[in-house]
Amino acid sequence: MGIVVVDVMLKSEILDPQGQAVAGALPRLGFNQFTDVRQGKRFVLTVEGEVTDQVLAAAREAAETMLSNPVIEDVVSVRAVLNEVGSQATELNKTAEHA
Amino acid sequence: MKIGVVTFPGSLDDHDAHRAVRVAGGEPVSLWHGDDSLRDVDAVVLPGGFSYGDYLRAGAIARFAPVMSALIPAAQGGLPVLGICNGFQILCESHLLPGAMIQNDHRTFICRDQRLRVENATTAWTSDFAQDDEITIVLKNQDGQYVADRHTLDELEGEGRVAFRYVIEHSVVDGPDAPAAVRYDRFASRNPNGSYRDIAGVTNERGNVVGLMPHPEHAIEEGYGPSLDGLKFFTSVLKSVVNA
Repeated sequence: MGIVVVDVMLKSEILDPQGQAVAGALPRLGFNQFTDVRQGKRFVLTVEGEVTDQVLAAAREAAETMLSNPVIEDVVSVRAVLNEVGSQATELNKTAEHA
Repeated sequence: MKIGVVTFPGSLDDHDAHRAVRVAGGEPVSLWHGDDSLRDVDAVVLPGGFSYGDYLRAGAIARFAPVMSALIPAAQGGLPVLGICNGFQILCESHLLPGAMIQNDHRTFICRDQRLRVENATTAWTSDFAQDDEITIVLKNQDGQYVADRHTLDELEGEGRVAFRYVIEHSVVDGPDAPAAVRYDRFASRNPNGSYRDIAGVTNERGNVVGLMPHPEHAIEEGYGPSLDGLKFFTSVLKSVVNA
């Protein structure tokens, strides 16, 4: 199984209320060194077989048309990975190891 | 005169929209998100709620529902469409209206009676208003902050496509002389969700597609809601359909 990871972030000029909430709470735990927090989204897409150029192209198209809204967000990366925590493929590998 | 109301999984205000259409004198028609037919309606309301749980982004998944594949070309062809709250978010995600909605800047859900100024009384959904009328209807949202880049905002304002703006009640809040209504209203001197340029609703070039965050369908009957101002949205469209 192949895995494609898509990362999406709000554009820098768009206010990020979630990031601000996190940034406001960190100092309460003593984390005073972080001057700003921006929160993004990671999509982990699993395919049968290898991640070919066609799969990557399809992932890129999905990222531009649905996974992100170009008015407020940027697709910062679309990449094939060997393993990704939380992916279905990783879970299946683990199951195989235990079997 | 048939006005369709689309129900998505997670729509909440479709029944109120039906009722508003009927009270205004129209015939409400149920449209289902999974059908790619508009059932020959003369106009469509996309109601409020949390379609598909607001997952991904508000309106992002609804935008790809089968009914939208029929609605988007029809709206581009001139069919009157009103998006209320989540419906407005869906219209933005569909690119039928410019801009996008993100979380309220104060990060809390808001529910209040909200004063608006009608800035374009020539659209299919606002012709029963007069320019600069002030109306009070219900506002309730989590992701109600309207954002767009400066160029888009300038264009909207230049072309008169800002349909509604939030009325800022007071310019000064602080000070011992401030009236109680100001001191106890955290939104007295600012718009209620951080929307750029106080924009509450916009329209497309033709004026047939209108989206707004507040809810006209909750202000149509005596005893319910803050006014009867919402009724004029629906009487406007019934007239525009007759005149079309």
